[in-house]
Amino acid sequence: MDTTVTTAVKEQPRTNGVGHDVKFSSKQVKVFYGEKEALHGVDIDLRDREVTALIGPSGCGKSTYLRCLNRMNDTIAGCRVTGTTTLDGKDIYDRSIDVVQLRAKVGMVFQKPNPFPKSIYENVAYGPRIHGIASSKQDFDAIVENSLVKAGLWTEVKDRLDQPGTGLSGGQQQRLCIARAIAVSPEVILMDEPCSALDPIATAKIEELIDELRENFAIVIVTHSMQQAARVSQMTAFFHLGHLVEFGQTKQIFTNPVDQRTQSYITGRIG
Amino acid sequence: MVNEHLFKRFDDELARLDAKISEMGGLAEAQLARSLQAIRERDTSLSESVIASDARVDAIETEIQDHVLQMLALRQPMAVDLRHILSSVKMATTLERIADYAKNNAKRSIVLMQGSVPPRAMTGIDRIGRLVQGLLTDVLDAFSKNDVPAAELVWKRDEEIDDAYNGLFRELLTYMMEDPRTITAGTHLMFMAKNIERIGDHVTNIAELIVFRVTGSPFATDRPKGGGEIYRPA
Ligand SMILES: Nc1ncnc2c1ncn2[C@@H]1O[C@H](COP(=O)(O)OP(=O)(O)OP(=O)(O)O)[C@@H](O)[C@H]1O
Ligand SMILES: [Mg+2]
Repeated sequence: MDTTVTTAVKEQPRTNGVGHDVKFSSKQVKVFYGEKEALHGVDIDLRDREVTALIGPSGCGKSTYLRCLNRMNDTIAGCRVTGTTTLDGKDIYDRSIDVVQLRAKVGMVFQKPNPFPKSIYENVAYGPRIHGIASSKQDFDAIVENSLVKAGLWTEVKDRLDQPGTGLSGGQQQRLCIARAIAVSPEVILMDEPCSALDPIATAKIEELIDELRENFAIVIVTHSMQQAARVSQMTAFFHLGHLVEFGQTKQIFTNPVDQRTQSYITGRIG
Repeated sequence: MVNEHLFKRFDDELARLDAKISEMGGLAEAQLARSLQAIRERDTSLSESVIASDARVDAIETEIQDHVLQMLALRQPMAVDLRHILSSVKMATTLERIADYAKNNAKRSIVLMQGSVPPRAMTGIDRIGRLVQGLLTDVLDAFSKNDVPAAELVWKRDEEIDDAYNGLFRELLTYMMEDPRTITAGTHLMFMAKNIERIGDHVTNIAELIVFRVTGSPFATDRPKGGGEIYRPA
């Protein structure tokens, strides 16, 4: 099997002419579930203030790679990660790294909205509280409002902050989870198929939100929708059978991919 | 070239699109050939038939546009498929223009037949016409085979047409200066020559579209220009 990654852009990828700093850098990252090697040596640089979409057929390792970035794989029994991944140049698998701090810096939003069985307010205030980010009622109020505004949910919930988060619609719950993720002022937000349970309108709102969040965060999103990847991301990585096959600017990947496997996948062909 | 789609119907639709382009190409080719024949043989009824047949070309263009609109909306094509579909619309537009120029020449040929025309000037028109006709046939051939090298060859040969056009332009000018009674016919012939030269440009556009469709990249270099630029209005 061919393990070389096709990178169409020879230089470091630049979008909107800015060329932001590398946030995450992975070198030869392999992931094993027990004896089975699920990810076969991934090399990739993810930049700040860019949305990177991870695409590929089911079981290709998108979620597995995403979980390397905030060490969620540590919580899976029998899962082993080798190679190096750095965040702002620091090895996140180094002994000196506090995993709780890491996950505050690298927030995650999941496929199914999973608000805590608490009030809307508490869902957002929880993170800042356990991380000791705020202490006064005033500070918490400000963070809750700010996060809900950024998540595009404030006007819809400001009059019922004391009601349970689980009572919101699916799309609202997902935006609540995004508000919860950004409440701790992360630097990166990971999203694993965040819209797969949402209708087109709720999806459009999340996508709009992702585009706004890009001003301040690096975002990595796993999606099965080619159109979504094309709409929201600047860079796209195509995974296939545990290999990172192609990584390049989204506009190039979707108009003229280099690798035949990428071509087949994104055009819906038998690979 | 590429594998089958998971949705077999998508492949059928793309094939149907290509068939329509080919049909349109064949028609445009015939229109050009018949307009040249009408000029050569001073056949007014043939000219009229060319004018009448143009509606069919327009109709296919509309069909292709509808078809493409549907495919874009329903299939949301990506990569090679997107290029395939986009280049198809552009080809349809280009072929429609080609047929339009043929029709315009047919119209002018009717006017031309009413007066006296320097015979040698007619030969000049016919020569450049056949040259362009040959390139059109070649480019449509390249299209049906997705043949990039053949398309590039056609593209490079547009230079010959530019040279032939510039030569003919000077020739017509000479006749008109020698005998002012030929000015009316000469002016029509100049427009006809220009139309044929424009068809040549459209042929090179089709060649470019074939390369774009298959490879995803445009030509690396500018098209070579023929000599005699002084007679080319900007
Ligand atoms: N907890 C686990 N234990 C054992 N194997 C796993 C585990 N999680 C994933 N795998 C295996 O690792 C490979 C990659 O799985 P992963 O979940 O990363 O795929 P994915 O690209 O996210 O797929 P999907 O699009 O279906 O979510 C698969 O073969 C999968 O079976
Ligand atoms: Mg997954």
